[in-house]
Amino acid sequence: MSLTPEKIKFLETKALDIRRSIIESLIEAKSGHTAGPLDMADIFTYLYFHALKHDPKKPAWPYRDRLILSNGHICPVLYATMAHAGYFPISELATLRKLGSRLQGHPHRDWLPMLETSSGPLGAGLSQAVGMTLADRIDNGRTSGKYFYCLLGDGELDEGNNWEAIMFAGKEKLHNLIAIVDRNNIQIDGFTEDIMPLNPLPDKWRAFNWHVTEIDGHNFNDIDRAVGEAKAVFDKPSVIIANTISSKGIPAFERKYEWHGKPPTTSEEIMIARKALGIVA
Amino acid sequence: MLIPSQKLNPNLFDKDVEQIPIRKGFGEGLLKAAELDKRIVGLCADLVESTHMNTFKAKFPERFIEVGVAEQNLAGLASGMSAMGKIPFITSYAMFSPGRNWEQIRTTIAYNNRPVKIAGSHAGVSVGPDGGTHQAIEDIAITRVIPRMVVISPCDAIEAFKATIACSRIDSPTYIRLAREKTPIITTDETPFEIGKAEILFDSRKVAFNPAHKASVAGKLDIGIIATGALLYKALKVARKLNQEGKRVAVVNLSTIKPLDEDTVVRLARDAGAIVTVEEHQVAGGMGSAVAECLAKNYPVPMEFIGVRDQFGQSGTPDELLDLYGMGEKDIHSAVLKLLLRK
Repeated sequence: MSLTPEKIKFLETKALDIRRSIIESLIEAKSGHTAGPLDMADIFTYLYFHALKHDPKKPAWPYRDRLILSNGHICPVLYATMAHAGYFPISELATLRKLGSRLQGHPHRDWLPMLETSSGPLGAGLSQAVGMTLADRIDNGRTSGKYFYCLLGDGELDEGNNWEAIMFAGKEKLHNLIAIVDRNNIQIDGFTEDIMPLNPLPDKWRAFNWHVTEIDGHNFNDIDRAVGEAKAVFDKPSVIIANTISSKGIPAFERKYEWHGKPPTTSEEIMIARKALGIVA
Repeated sequence: MLIPSQKLNPNLFDKDVEQIPIRKGFGEGLLKAAELDKRIVGLCADLVESTHMNTFKAKFPERFIEVGVAEQNLAGLASGMSAMGKIPFITSYAMFSPGRNWEQIRTTIAYNNRPVKIAGSHAGVSVGPDGGTHQAIEDIAITRVIPRMVVISPCDAIEAFKATIACSRIDSPTYIRLAREKTPIITTDETPFEIGKAEILFDSRKVAFNPAHKASVAGKLDIGIIATGALLYKALKVARKLNQEGKRVAVVNLSTIKPLDEDTVVRLARDAGAIVTVEEHQVAGGMGSAVAECLAKNYPVPMEFIGVRDQFGQSGTPDELLDLYGMGEKDIHSAVLKLLLRK
């Protein structure tokens, strides 16, 4: 069943609000990552406002689906989406990266216990998601109602730890594990295929016994179809390779790897960003 | 003299004292802990027999996870399983876990505050013929520096058994250091063990096994020895010899390196005025360093450090290597004499 036009409209409006919150929190923080959070805003919106079984008022509800963010540096999108979903006040986003803030520069459960994990050092999130899925299988068997979503960056796949986890999850046939790769083709030093080629990326995952889907990461119907397909696969873990446009929503920043790890800081950059997102006319 | 209340092995100083590998005590402790708590799971990186996880695997196959030779994933998986309420024990050689996967242990386990138990086997140069690549002599340093991490280095198989069960009941990430070779049994089932508590096993001022002489003989000690792991046995033998030579000496078993039992360490320094530390580890950053950090702040006394001095190990028999790298009984004895000149 596909998403209704009303639902898509709702998600698009929500994603725009989330992009606005992301850029405002980054402007206020004066440091942090722009490209990844903006390009993952649609997928985070879809997950928190459609797919996830969760309750923002009861973050420790044991039967919730788990969302494990592996590439912790894109946390502005996690924080903004969680705030819009009702986990904490939207006004708190202005504290990003500041002393004493619950919104640490890279997510830390000590400060924000409603997070499923702390992350930042790349390559370690998938192992944790696999461990969670495996523990759930020990307790609840292969018909558990929970899904475990792990969000990864593409540059992050340079890390060998990922491939240990990918191999293991394939061995264990963890069907309720869904990895989503932000395939924005950039990393800090340049384009992924120049720094360390990942292609043929889908074939690599397939070779490790994963079910693979490639999608347009900004198309809600595409995202919905891929998640539905992942849930329908019973003998393999699934990966959704989401092709995204880095810094999506601010055309002047899009596809430029220079925006991986910095926020708009000059008054001109700030104006460009706010105009593109319709924050100012 | 041996402290009676410690109920140490009565055959401790016999030539044919019973010897069991410390790692075996871990394996038996894990089995017992798992019988008592079904949340315990065991994960291993292709070293089930060497790390003595095989008995656990045989009894609880549904709670055993074979990870393959992938120590980074080993740590991350355990963190994730802990997030779902499990108490994971992860095993490999200490050189690979916590050696190779140190950052995963720091971030996914300690930073996340997940009470994963890391058992590192084959610690120390006494691994022997496998050579320097497999001899973990930096593991105490790299684990004790991690916030929240509890670090335990049992002195024998019986203490390893107790430590394994005890650490399954605490809500902290924990590193347990295990040795490969058979080493003398120092303690008994009745010997007290508590995480975070150092025990005085030997004190020249007390007369052993004689209820009529319970009270301390008045006066100070000449020297205090603090040992951890299997080298405690050598420390005790040296103490007995020193005692026969008329020196007044006490020996502390520091099985929990972190959190450090500062009260016992400072009390010994006050009584003795000089401390020798004994460990099968690099001097830099090890148990002796932890003791020195404590004493420099609270009660500075002259110290000597028995351990490896900024070198890598090599192939050889355990005894050859311990002597070569300055951790034999002779070395401990001469460190004491050297230190007495500085008092």
